[in-house]
Formats: sequence, structure tokens, C-alpha cells
Amino acid sequence: MTMTEDPWANLKRFTDARIGLGRSGSAMPTREVLNFALSHAMARDAVTTPIDWTPIEKGLSNLGLSTLRIASAATDRSEYLRRPDLGRRLSDVSREALVRASEVEGSAKPDLVILVGDGLSSLGVAANTLAYMSAFMPYVVKAGWKLSPVLLADDARVALGDEAGEILGGKAVLVLIGERPGLSSPDSLGVYLTFSPRIGIKDADRNCISNIRQRGLSYDEGTFKTAWLLREAFRRGLTGVNLKDDSQFLIEGQPGPELIG
Amino acid sequence: MYRVHAGGTTYTFSTLKELLAKATPPRSGDVLAGVAATSAAENVAAKMALADVPLKQFLNEAIIPYEADDVTRLIIDTHDAVAFAPISHMTVGEFRDWLLSENATPQKVSALAPGLTPEMVAAVSKIMRNQDLVLGAKKAHVITRFRNTIGIPGHMAVRLQPNHPTDDKKGIAASIVDGLMYGCGDAVIGINPASDNLTAITDLLVMMDDIIRRFEIPTQSCVLTHVTTTIDAIAKGAPVDLVFQSIGGTEGVNASFGVTLAHLKEGREAALSIKRGTVGDNCMYFETGQGSALSADAHHGCDQQTIEARAYAVARQFKPLLVNTVVGFIGPEYLYNGKEIIRAGLEDHFCGKLLGLPMGCDICYTNHAEADQDDMDILLMMLGAAGVNFIMGIPGADDIMLNYQSTSFHDALYVREALGLKRAPEFEAWLSRIGVTDTSGHLAPHAPGNPLLTHAQALAA
Repeated sequence: MTMTEDPWANLKRFTDARIGLGRSGSAMPTREVLNFALSHAMARDAVTTPIDWTPIEKGLSNLGLSTLRIASAATDRSEYLRRPDLGRRLSDVSREALVRASEVEGSAKPDLVILVGDGLSSLGVAANTLAYMSAFMPYVVKAGWKLSPVLLADDARVALGDEAGEILGGKAVLVLIGERPGLSSPDSLGVYLTFSPRIGIKDADRNCISNIRQRGLSYDEGTFKTAWLLREAFRRGLTGVNLKDDSQFLIEGQPGPELIG
Repeated sequence: MYRVHAGGTTYTFSTLKELLAKATPPRSGDVLAGVAATSAAENVAAKMALADVPLKQFLNEAIIPYEADDVTRLIIDTHDAVAFAPISHMTVGEFRDWLLSENATPQKVSALAPGLTPEMVAAVSKIMRNQDLVLGAKKAHVITRFRNTIGIPGHMAVRLQPNHPTDDKKGIAASIVDGLMYGCGDAVIGINPASDNLTAITDLLVMMDDIIRRFEIPTQSCVLTHVTTTIDAIAKGAPVDLVFQSIGGTEGVNASFGVTLAHLKEGREAALSIKRGTVGDNCMYFETGQGSALSADAHHGCDQQTIEARAYAVARQFKPLLVNTVVGFIGPEYLYNGKEIIRAGLEDHFCGKLLGLPMGCDICYTNHAEADQDDMDILLMMLGAAGVNFIMGIPGADDIMLNYQSTSFHDALYVREALGLKRAPEFEAWLSRIGVTDTSGHLAPHAPGNPLLTHAQALAA
């Protein structure tokens, strides 16, 4: 036996940290080097793999939602990673498409613009968007919020929703976006809520719900928090650091009041 | 106006700020900021022009106006002309030649620090190759003390970073035991907390203090929370060893961190007042990193490496135990790939050391950067050769709370074995005493009498 095992490996049940790995001399054992490499490869693939919107379009259509594909001003994945400023602005083609869409809508402006962006994890978007939206729609129906077509955006940063939301005249914009993948969480979805979206708004004026995925924050909890924040945002006319998420005081006691009513 | 004739073209640079930016080795953050050279030839021409600039010019031409920025004022007001005298006649290029010469002994190089400004050091780094950054830094010895001695040539310490996404105390304790059993933790046992709540922070401080006292570990702890929170914790009687703060190289970036020079002074005085150091009183822990000023829109049109060096002017006012450049954490829009991260890590270590700081490096990358563990191996090896004061030790190199990759406990063993680097002497003696290592500092076979192993069994029960 050339590998030294760690007798405290039973402490692994207290943490997902890579403890008790054992060693081969000074090095990590073969199995651990390869496990790490696989985790990193999955995270890299989540960043670099282009998203396939087709199944998401179908699923949203089954929920009664129309969609519109748009793109940021970043021309490819490499530029997207180097130039976050371009990921925050619409391409010229998409800007014109949204202007046309807003003209079709006429004076009936949406309460909420929902933008789904690939962000830094196409895997996170593919794995969680439909489950999240299925859980969220009952809140929308119950509250009677008017939605624009759901925007499906390539090479998107969170702030892309500001320009899109402004053009469509939404009272608020909800951005669902693939989060920067961690080694143990390559498939995480983040949700950002911004009241009165417009170009140049600060990140401090948004609310964020992070780590929505099967092994993270559940869809029920994520959508409950979203609906709570959205209702408060409409009531108080703001989002951001001044809109504190107190929804946990509600969720522990009873099911969401908006849904059950 | 700076002018150079190179390759049949005349290049001009209107200010020292522009010249420094265009002379910087290529990186994505300077392109994003719009300050980078527009061609490879212009980049080298700028280096040539910069090499001919007298060091004295840096005292006459501020890259950010004195009136506009308190870091500039700090740099100018604390400059030591006597320490500067031995090199005051040199150009940037002559300074490089001197630094790498046999004449520049560690004593002479280390004595220069108060006479150097960040911009001078940044300038000379820009005309250096990676190997120059290694040998130049190796000559600047910076030794600091709290409960042990860090920075002795031939030694390298490790911060044990036992983070947990929900600050779960058993989870953190498990990672601490793992790190100690791998011989890590002499720089500090330092937690990045998920919460900034004072009660939660205090719980973590008490927990680490218990472990350090129970096993009589010659090291220090830190919870990396905002300086004002740590000041509150000290006021409430919490066992604070080191005061942490992220800092940057302009007044504006520090404001974006919610911190002023006065806060840092107050934090240091609070920690000094409770006198918890046993062999010294270096009680500050700073973290920095290229790109933070651009991220905060507070870069004043400067390149990110020069601004980073200015952060070290802030740090050195407060006699820190540890200064850590978290080099690849910020992401690919500032440092795109392994090559840029490696270069930046070597620059930061060199500049900090020349300015008299106990530099360590979080040798790290995120999953959206074009980098992997092989790139970290290269930077680790080069920083080990350059005499880095400390590196990070994270279980399996995977930080499950901050979602990035750094160096592991195993990586520390690797670089010790490859380069013969020892731990802080007090810590090394302790490890040997409790049976984690043999008398030569190598990990020993697991012995049943080791109190840490007994502790691990009790934790698991």
C-alpha cells in the first residue's frame, strides 16, 4: 500500500469540503486528482457550452408563455467573458426587435418582464428554468401580474434586463441567469429582481435569490421569496438594499398567503 | 511628454500615468478599462520609454492628483528621502539592473522600502521578466510576528482556510483538523464567514480561540469580516487576534469597501489594546487584488497593476502580519487566463516585498477563467522560489463557500518538498511535539497518541 489514508475521513459527513483525502507522498491520491479534474471539467463545460433554448421554449409554451430570443452585444463567448460591459447591453438587432415588440403591445405595459439569460452556466439555466417557472406561474396568475413575452437571451449579464425592461416599459424586471459555477455546484440558477428597470441602475438597487438548484434552494422556496419580494417591490416602489427579504418569517409558519389566499 | 523612437516609429506618451499603463504586460482588465497599449510594439516602446524615466520623476508627477486622493497624499507625505538616497540618481532601467546585480544585497534592498513609492516599484516590475520578479523579490526580507515568526528566508507559512457555506461549526472544525493534520495553519487560521452578523462572527472567534488554546497552537485566528464589525467584536470582549480588511489603491476603491484610513487606524489600535500577541504585535491582515479599483469605477484611468501597488502603501502604514493578494479571484475580465494570473501574482509579490510588506498570495482562479490547477502549480513553484511569506491551504484546493479554487494542504507539502521550505519555527516545533510531523518536518505516520486525532474522534462521535 503506497497511499496513506486519513483516519479522520468520517468527519466528511459534516462538510462538503474535500477533507480526509489521504495522500500519496505529498500529493493527492490518484482518485482525488481525477475527481477534482472531473468537477472542474463540468464547471468549465457549464461556462462554455452554448445553451439550447428549444426545450425551454417548448416548456414555457406549455405554461402558456410566449417567448422572444434576444442577444447581448457580445459577439462570442470569449468576448462575453472579457467584456462584461457588452453583456449588459442589447445587440442592435435585439434592441430593434424589442422596440417593435413594445409598439405591438401599445399602451398596455407589462407589470413584469422576465428575462432568462445563459449567464455563466448554461447548465444551470437548462436544469432549473422550467421547474422554477412552473412553481412561479401560480403566483403570477393569482396576483394578476401582466407579463411580456419571456426573453431568452444569449451572452447575458444581469444588467441586460435593465435595457430590455426599459424598452418594454415593465414596472419590474426579473432576470433568471446561470450563476458562476462552483466546483460542487455547476448548475445553479440566480434570480435578480429590479424595480423600474433602466440603463445604468446600480446593483445595490436589485434583490437577488441565489443558488436555486436541485441540491440548493428549492423551487418552492425560491419562487415564494420571488413572489414576496415582487409584491413588496410593487407596494413600496423599490428594490435593493432597502427592501429586506423578511419572507422567511412567513415561510416557516404557513404556506404562501398569496398562493393560498 | 515621454517620447521614444523604436522600430522606425516615434511613440509619445503624454503622462506618466499613460506611460505606466501602456508599458504593462497585457491583461484583460486594462483593455476593459481602455488604458492598455493598442499594439504589441507600442507596449514594448512604452517599456523602453519607461526604462529611461528617472526615479525622481515619480516624486514630481503624481498619477492621481494629491488634492483628489488620500492614498496619493499618504504616499507623498510618508516618503523617506534618506532611504531613497542610494538610488535617487537612477532611472527605472538602471534600478532594475542594480536590483538584479550582486551589489544589491538583501540588506540594501530591504532598507530601501521607505524610500520607494508604489509607482516606482510598479514601473520597474513592468520592465522585468517573470524570473526577474522572482530574484528581485527574494532579496527583500520581511519578517513579522504575532504568536509565531513569519517570513524568515527558507520558510513559508500557510493560512488554513476552513470555510463553510453556512458557517456550520462542526463543518469548519472538521476542515481545521484536516489542515492541522497536514501541517498547515501557521500564517493564520482564517475563516471567510457567510454571515456578517456580530453574534455569528463572535461564535467563530470563540470557537477558533478554544482550539488554539486547547492544543496550545502557536498561531493566530481571524474572521475576515469588515473592520468596523471586528472593532465592535473587540469592544464586546471577543477574542480577536488579527483585524482583517480588504483594501485598494485609491480613496475611491476603499470607499467602495466602506473603509477609510481612519477606520484602519482605529482597528489596529483596538487589536493592540487587548495585547493578544505573544512574540510580536503585527495584528493586521489585509487582502488586495488587481482589478478592484476598476470594478469600483475608482481607477482614475490608471492601469490595474499600478493601482494594486498603491494598495501596499496603505497596508504598510499599519504594520500588518500578513498581506494577501487574492490574485485570480476577480475573474477573467481582469486577468483572463493562467498566463495573466501567473504574471500578476509574481508582480504583486515583488511590489509588496520591495515596499516592505509580508506578502502572501492566494494562488487561485475561478471557473470562468482560462486556467486550471496546472497553472497554479507554476505560480506556486515560482512564488516558493521567490520567498513568498505564505500561501492558502484549502481542503482539496476547493473553497465550497467562495466557489473558487486555490492551493490545497497537499500543495503546501509539495512545494515544501520540492524547495525545502520550512514552516514558522514555533509552529514547526509544535507539530513535531504533538506528533503530526517527525523532527525533520515531514508528516509522520498517524500515531494514536496525537491529541488532534483524539479530538477528531470526539468530533465524529
